[in-house]
Order: sequence, then structure tokens, then C-alpha cells
Amino acid sequence: MPTLNDYLVLSAILFAIGTAGVFVRRNLITILLSIEIMLNAVNLSFVAFGRSLGTADGQIIVFFVMTVAAAEAAVGLAIVIGLFRHRESLNPDTFTSLKW
Amino acid sequence: MTLFYLFGAVAVIASLLVIAQRNPIYSVLLLIASFGALSGLYVLLDAPFVAVTQIIVYAGAIMVLFLFVVMLLNAPHEETEHDEKVHPLRRPGPMRFGAALAVALVVELIWALTRGTSEAGAFGETAVSSVRALGRSLFTDYAFAFEVTSVLILVAMVGAVVLAKRDPRAHS
Repeated sequence: MPTLNDYLVLSAILFAIGTAGVFVRRNLITILLSIEIMLNAVNLSFVAFGRSLGTADGQIIVFFVMTVAAAEAAVGLAIVIGLFRHRESLNPDTFTSLKW
Repeated sequence: MTLFYLFGAVAVIASLLVIAQRNPIYSVLLLIASFGALSGLYVLLDAPFVAVTQIIVYAGAIMVLFLFVVMLLNAPHEETEHDEKVHPLRRPGPMRFGAALAVALVVELIWALTRGTSEAGAFGETAVSSVRALGRSLFTDYAFAFEVTSVLILVAMVGAVVLAKRDPRAHS
């Protein structure tokens, strides 16, 4: 049987992949996808901890994280659409000024 | 145990490919595969409702939203000052910092996890997997957070509509 540590190591690997994606990629949509990877890694560790402690709290928090992820995706993608309308680009290095 | 390694390998490889893809459409589709593997892991953790929600909400709704925006913007390729032929992961400069940071992070986390006592790792017998228990907990202990979540979704909806609305003064 896989132990709690196995799940936590897998969660750590997935979180590191998400972090690398945020720093390495220069595409706003891929950066948002990397944030989703990180949120899912945290979800996995929540469920593993909840299973380890024998409570329902871990799974409940996962639902709240999913709600926040949905809200974040909706607002983030709306911002991406607005930025793309202004600059015709998805490269975050293009957006260097707060007002134009 | 075998299933854990299978699902874990699929999740890790699909997530790595999400980072490595040039075309955002392939990234989104690979992320859906990664979420499917994670949902299998939730089933192994005796959390079937979370697994189903993962498929329906994440792979079904959020990723479709991403896919819709990718197709709407119609800008598949990453634009940088570098040559288009250079793969995004091999570009020089500060982007290597991200890879170094990720490696440092995973080494540190695995080190912190493996130096603890190993007896704390095994799962106990009790597992809360029934939707009934989850719903009872959600509507009693977490009722306030549940209601606040509805306000959050309302704010996100209004915000998305306002942000994505075309400015009437800009294009006349």
C-alpha cells in the first residue's frame, strides 16, 4: 500500500512542475495552466492528509479550492482577453506599463 | 501500489508535457489527462466524490473555459525575442532560474519528507468516503464558508463580465 509520504512526494513533484512552468514559460495561458497544476498538487496533499487523519475536512477543503480555482480561471482569462485586445500578444514581458 | 505508480507517472509526465508544449491547445489537453490521473489517485485515497468532482468541474468546466479562450485568441505560438526554433525550455537567461528553483524546491520537499519517521506514513483503517458524511459536514460545520463561496462566485462572474467587456470608447 502506498503511504502518506508517497502521496506527499508526488504532490511535491507536481507543485515543483507548476512552479517551473510559471517561471520558465512566457505565455500567459500556459502560466495560468501551471497555476492550476500547483492547485491540484495542493488538493492531492489535502486529500491524502484527510485520508490519513480519517476526517472529511480534507475533502471539504478540496471543494473550496476548486471553487477558488474556477473563480481565478474566469477572472484570469478575462484579464488575458483584455490584455490581448490591447497588445495583440500573450507574452507577459510585453505588459510593462500599468497604463497605456 | 501498482495503480498508484501508474497514475502518479501519468500525472507527472502529463504535467511535464504541459510545461514543454509550444502550442497551448496541446497543453490544455495534456492537463486534462493529468487531471484524469489525479482523479484516479483520489479514488485510491477513498475519496470517490472528489474524484468525480475533479472530472466534472476541473476537466469538464475549467479546462473547457481555457480551451475556449485559447481558440478565441487564436495565438498558438509563444512570441519572444528569441528565435522561434528555440524550444521554450532551452532559452537562456533568467528562465533557467525557474528550472533551478523547481529542482531546489522538489529536492527540499522530498528531503523534508523522507527524514521524518516512517511509521507516520501508513494510512489508518477509517476513511470518510460517503457523500452523506461530506454533505453533512459541508452544511453544518462549514456552512458559513459554503455561503461565502457563493458570494465569491458572484463576484468572479461580475468581474469577468466587466473585464472582458469591450470598451465602447476605444473603438468608435
